[in-house]
Amino acid sequence: MSELQKRQIQLEVLRYNPETDTAPRYQTYSVPCLEEWVVLDALNYIKDHLDPTLSYRWSCHMAVCGSCGMMVNGEPKLACKAFIHEYQEGQIKVEPMANFPIERDLVTSVEDFITKLASVKPYLIPKEDKPVSAGEFKQTPAELKKFKQYTLCINCMLCYAACPQYALVPEFLGPAAISMAHRYNQDSRDGGRDQRQEVIASDEGVWECSFVGACSEVCPKHVDPAGALQQVKVASTIDWYKEHLMPWMKK
Amino acid sequence: MNSKPYVREVSKTTWFMSHPRYKRYMAREVTCIFIFAYTFLLIWGLGCLADSRESFDAFVQALGSPLGVLFNVVVLIATVYHSMSWFDVTPQAMPIQIGEEFVAGNIIVNAHYGAWAVVSLIILFWGM
Repeated sequence: MSELQKRQIQLEVLRYNPETDTAPRYQTYSVPCLEEWVVLDALNYIKDHLDPTLSYRWSCHMAVCGSCGMMVNGEPKLACKAFIHEYQEGQIKVEPMANFPIERDLVTSVEDFITKLASVKPYLIPKEDKPVSAGEFKQTPAELKKFKQYTLCINCMLCYAACPQYALVPEFLGPAAISMAHRYNQDSRDGGRDQRQEVIASDEGVWECSFVGACSEVCPKHVDPAGALQQVKVASTIDWYKEHLMPWMKK
Repeated sequence: MNSKPYVREVSKTTWFMSHPRYKRYMAREVTCIFIFAYTFLLIWGLGCLADSRESFDAFVQALGSPLGVLFNVVVLIATVYHSMSWFDVTPQAMPIQIGEEFVAGNIIVNAHYGAWAVVSLIILFWGM
């Protein structure tokens, strides 16, 4: 291990203990980091060697579980994907995800997102029920490709941490939830669009989005939620014109 | 879940200063004010045209004044920035899937620039 290059990094971490603190405060840790480490490794070092009271969420360490979202130098990042070598200043500021209430240290309260995600029915609602014996719902590669990128969402909520609309209007349904609705709406096997539209085409839904585009810039899985939201706006606008100008087009 | 989660307040007036991407967004939004102002100039011009020939000549002369030219140059710069910032995001809002593959984003963006150039040239030569 000693042959690997180590660099002393000052990790400035936002701490908050709800039992004793009235407001968050910064605590700086000096961590001997290996060059190939990510911020999560540095946090684990702190937890194991310097301060066992530090709280944060993590699980897979490979950008799949979406648990370790936090602000690294003010940017929403997965701590497991934020490489130490990308921060040459020798000092890294780590804070809990923006726009979410802080539970403790780097742990945020995610109930709001979970409730919103559930409200868009992010699951397949088949057009028609058919028994298992009738066989599978078939899909062509082109039909799959239409929505596949949205299936890569890992619900890490970095898009919410980046979204200024969500910061200013907490009722906003937000990027990931609407992208998930769009993912199922785009699925050739799905027939649940009408049920989802009531939620996603509402004032607190897609119309709260002003296309800042920050969600797509920070998405660690390159899902492009901003694109999904604009496509929902286009589809909802077409719905409106159909309903008001061509009522005979409506089912 | 604890009973005392800490909520960080976001400034309603200065939030966009916290990151360059928010400043870019605000630049895109603010430049539309110049386009808004230019529509008033056009309405004023129409009003002059409806009023009398002298009135319209005075309007055209006002456009040629240093202040008129400066206003037009500022509006042109703002409009170009505004339009480019929207052209650049069109592939996200209007993806085109042909067969299995999606058309490359730069083709959609460049098609907008091409259409812009064609329309501009038509207006330019038509007006001459």
